[in-house]
Amino acid sequence: MARIHSLITVAAVVALAGCSAIGTDDPDPSASGGTVTLVTHDSFGLSDGLLDAFEERSGLTVEVVQQGDAGTLVNQLVLTKDAPLGDVVFGIDNSFASRAVDEGVVAPTTQPGAFEDALVPIDFGDVCINVDHTWFAEQGLAEPVTLEDLTEPEYKDLLVVPNAVTSSPGLSFLLATIGAFGEDGWQDYWAALKANGLKVADGWTDAYYTDFSGGGADGPRPIVLSYASSPPYTVPEGGTEPTTGALLDTCFRQTEYAGVLEGAANPTGAQEVLEFLLSDEVQDDIPVSMYMYPVSPSATLPEEWTEFAPLATDPFEISPEDISANREAWLAAWSETVIG
Amino acid sequence: MSVLTPTRSDAPTAVGASGRARVAVFWSLAVAVPLVFLGVFFVWPVAVMIAKGFVVDGHLDLGGFADVFSRPRTWRIVGLTLAQATLGTVLSVLLGVPGAYVLYRHSFRGRSFLRAFVTVPFVLPTVVVGVAFRSLLVSGGPLGFLHLDGTFAAIVAALVFFNYAVVVRAVGGLWERLDPRAEQAARALGASPWKAFRTVTLPALTPAIASAASLAFLFCATAFGTVLVLGGLQFGTIETEIWVQTTQFLDLRAAAVLSVVQLVVVAGTLVVAGRSRSRREQALGLTLPSASVRPLRLRRPAGMPPGDGHALTLVATSVTALVVLLLALPLVNLVVRSLRTGDGWGLDHYTALGTTGGALTVTVWQATLNSLRIALDATLLALVVGGLVALVVSRRPRRAVGRRAVAGLDALFMLPLGVSAVTVGFGFLLSMHHPFGLPVDLRTSPLLVPIAQAVVAVPLVVRVVLPVLRAIDPRLREAAATLGARPGRVLRTVDLSIAARSLGLAVGFAFAASLGEFGATSFLARPDRPTLPVVIFRLIGRPGPDSYGMALAASVVLAVLTAGIVAACERLRAPGAGGEW
Repeated sequence: MARIHSLITVAAVVALAGCSAIGTDDPDPSASGGTVTLVTHDSFGLSDGLLDAFEERSGLTVEVVQQGDAGTLVNQLVLTKDAPLGDVVFGIDNSFASRAVDEGVVAPTTQPGAFEDALVPIDFGDVCINVDHTWFAEQGLAEPVTLEDLTEPEYKDLLVVPNAVTSSPGLSFLLATIGAFGEDGWQDYWAALKANGLKVADGWTDAYYTDFSGGGADGPRPIVLSYASSPPYTVPEGGTEPTTGALLDTCFRQTEYAGVLEGAANPTGAQEVLEFLLSDEVQDDIPVSMYMYPVSPSATLPEEWTEFAPLATDPFEISPEDISANREAWLAAWSETVIG
Repeated sequence: MSVLTPTRSDAPTAVGASGRARVAVFWSLAVAVPLVFLGVFFVWPVAVMIAKGFVVDGHLDLGGFADVFSRPRTWRIVGLTLAQATLGTVLSVLLGVPGAYVLYRHSFRGRSFLRAFVTVPFVLPTVVVGVAFRSLLVSGGPLGFLHLDGTFAAIVAALVFFNYAVVVRAVGGLWERLDPRAEQAARALGASPWKAFRTVTLPALTPAIASAASLAFLFCATAFGTVLVLGGLQFGTIETEIWVQTTQFLDLRAAAVLSVVQLVVVAGTLVVAGRSRSRREQALGLTLPSASVRPLRLRRPAGMPPGDGHALTLVATSVTALVVLLLALPLVNLVVRSLRTGDGWGLDHYTALGTTGGALTVTVWQATLNSLRIALDATLLALVVGGLVALVVSRRPRRAVGRRAVAGLDALFMLPLGVSAVTVGFGFLLSMHHPFGLPVDLRTSPLLVPIAQAVVAVPLVVRVVLPVLRAIDPRLREAAATLGARPGRVLRTVDLSIAARSLGLAVGFAFAASLGEFGATSFLARPDRPTLPVVIFRLIGRPGPDSYGMALAASVVLAVLTAGIVAACERLRAPGAGGEW
C-alpha cells in the first residue's frame, strides 16, 4: 500500500515536472544578431501588437527586461556596465540622466536633440498637485492655486504627497519646490507644509488610492501629488467633466530618455529600437500605455487629454547636472526636515 | 551516521564494506550538494555585492563602518529593526500557539479551509497588503477610529498578519503528531490541565516553537514593503535602509556596512534560537494525527467533570476565532475593492485578467501560469536540498566538533531569510554573468528565478521537516538495525518514511513561499515570463483606475490559488496507508 502511494507520488511529480518552467524554454532565435534586449523600468508598456508588428517588420526579436523603478534601473546599469544587461535602455529620467552619462553607461549618438549627445528624449510629463473638485465644492472652500497656498491654514491637513526618497514623483515634487523657492528657501517651505499637517505616503499608488479623496476610494485628503494627465481618468461614467484637476502652477517636468548601451552586443538592433520608440505609432501610443506626453510634435493626443490634461505652460525646471550633483544632499536634508 | 549494526558482525565483510561505502557516499553527497547549492546561489552573490562596497580601487576600505556608525540614524534603525521584529515575533507566537492547538489538535467542519485560509496573508504581495491595511486604518476608513495609520503599532500588526501562519503551521505540524498519552498520564496522576500542558506538552513543543519563532523573527527583521507602506521611513529598518542606499543613492559602502550589521543581527538570532531548541530537543512519542485529534466542542460534553481542560480549549478557540476575524478584515476589504468598478460593482477587473491591461508583456493568466511553473521547480529544488539538510542536521554526532558542525550547517541554511533581497538581487546581477568563467549569462536565464526562490524556500522545508526527524526515537533505528536492516535500509524505512509524513506540509509551505516571493525575483524576472507578484506590482504602480482594479483582482486570484494549493498539499500528507510506527 505504502509502495503504491509512493509510486503514485513519484508519477505525479514526474507528470508535473513536465509543465515546469525549466524544461520549456523556447529555443533561442536562430542568430544572436537577431535579438535585441531592451532594458527598462517597471512602468514600461506598449499596446498589444505594437512590438510584435515591429519584430515582424524588422526581423528582430525584442526581449524586454524590466528592472524596478527608474533609480534602480540606472544604478543597475552603472553596476553592470562592464557586462551590460542589454542593448538599449528606455526610461532614464532627468533626475538620473547625468549619472547615467557621467558613468559612461550610454553610447554617444548623433540623434538631434539628445542630452549630452547620448540620451534621446522619448516622452515627458508634468508632476503636479491635483485637487478633488467635488470635495472643495461640497465644503464651499476655494481651491488652492500655488505652492504657497498649500501652507495656508484653510488647507491644513488636506495634502498628501509620496515620499521623495522612495518614489520618483515624490522626488519630482521636491525638485519643483527647489525650483520654486531656491536652494535657500525650499527647506523652510517644507517645514511650513509639515506644520500645516502634510501627510507623506510611501508611493504614488498609496497616496492617490488610499489617502486621496478623489482617487476612487474616498480617502480623507482632497489634495494629492499626481500627474497633469491624471484628471481625464476621473470623468465619472455618464459624466462629461473630470471630478479632479491639476494645479498647473505647481508642476515639475519629467523627461524620459532612451539610449544605446555602451558595449551593446547588438548596437544596430539597438538603434532600430530607438528609432521605433520615436516612430509615430509608438509616440501615438505613449499617452495610452504609459500616461506620458510624446515628444514628437506630429503625434496625436487622445481627445480627453487635449480637453482635460493640459500641460503646464511654465513648469519648474532644474538641470540634470544640478540634480545629479545634489540629489543625495537634497534628499538627506528633505528627510531630516520632513521625516525627522 | 552513528547507527550501530552490532548483529551484523557475522555478515560477509565484502557486503558490509560496500554497504558502509555506499552510506558514506550518501552522507557525503547529502552534505556536499546543499553546500554547493547555497555557496553558488547565495553566499557568492552576497559576498560579491558586499565586497563591492568594501573594496575601492583594489584596496580594502573599512572606513564605511566608522562613517555609518557615527550617524545617529543608523543606531535608531538598528533599534527599530530589533523592536519591530521582537514584538512581531512574540505576538505571532502568543497568538499562533493557541491557533495550532485549535487547527491541528481538533477536528471540526471547515478545518481544512481555515488552515489554508490563515496561510493566505503569508503570500500576498506586501504592496497589496499595505493598500488593504491602510484603507482600513486611514481616517474615515472602517478602523479609522483606532488612529493607527502610520504608527508603529500598525507595522507590528501587519507583521503578525504575515507571520501568524508560520507559527501555526510549524507548531501544528509537530503538535498533531504528539502522543497525547504523556499528557493523559500527567492528568491521571493529578496534574491540572494547565499544569499538564506546561510541564508535559509545552516542553515537547519548545523545539517547534523556537523553530517557528526564529523563522518569524527573520521574516519580521527583513520586512520591507510592509514597513515602507505602513510606516514610511520614520520607522525605517536595516532592510529599508539597504534598499534606499543601494537602489536610490548607489552608496554601496553604506549598503555593505548595513548588510554586515544585518548578518550579525541574524546570526545572533540563530544562535539564540539554536540554543533554546537543542536544549529541549528530545525523542518524542509521535503518533498518527488521527490518534491525537479530538472533535472541537464548545459545550462541555455530557459527563465530563469540571476542571477537565475544557476552559483551555474555550480560551484557545476564542483567541483563534478573533485572530481569524482580524486576518479576514484586510482580505475582505481587498475582495470588496477588487469588485468596485467605475461607479458600481462588477466582475470587470476579473474579466480584464485575460488581457495585458494595455501595457503588460503578458496577460495576468499567463503570469499566473509562469508563477505556477516556477513555483513547481522551486519547490522540487527546495525539497531535495532542504530534505538533505534536515536529514544531516537531524543526526547527533557523538563528538562535540561534529555537533557544532551540524548546528553551524543548520544556521547557515537559515541565512537566506535574513539577508536583504536587494543585496542578493544585485549580487546576482554582479556575479551571474559568466559565473566561474563559464560562457553563460545566467542573469536573465529562466533557471535563475526558481533557484532564487528555492534558496528562500529551503529554510522553510528544513524547519518543518527537522522537528519531526529529530523527534524520532533512536531506538527505532536501533531496532531496525537489530532486526538485520543495513544502514541504507534503516535510513529508508525509518527516517525517510517518517519524514515523508511532514512532506505535505513542507511542500505547501515551500510552494506558497515561492508563489509569493517578490524580493530577489523582481530583479531577475525574465523578460517574457514575469511572475504574478511582479505583474501585480507593475499594475498597481500604474496610473489609471483600471490597472489598479486589475491589480487587486489579480491579488485575489493569488490568494485563492495559494489557499487551494495549500489545502491540496494538506490532503497529500494524510495517506491512509501506514501505521508502521
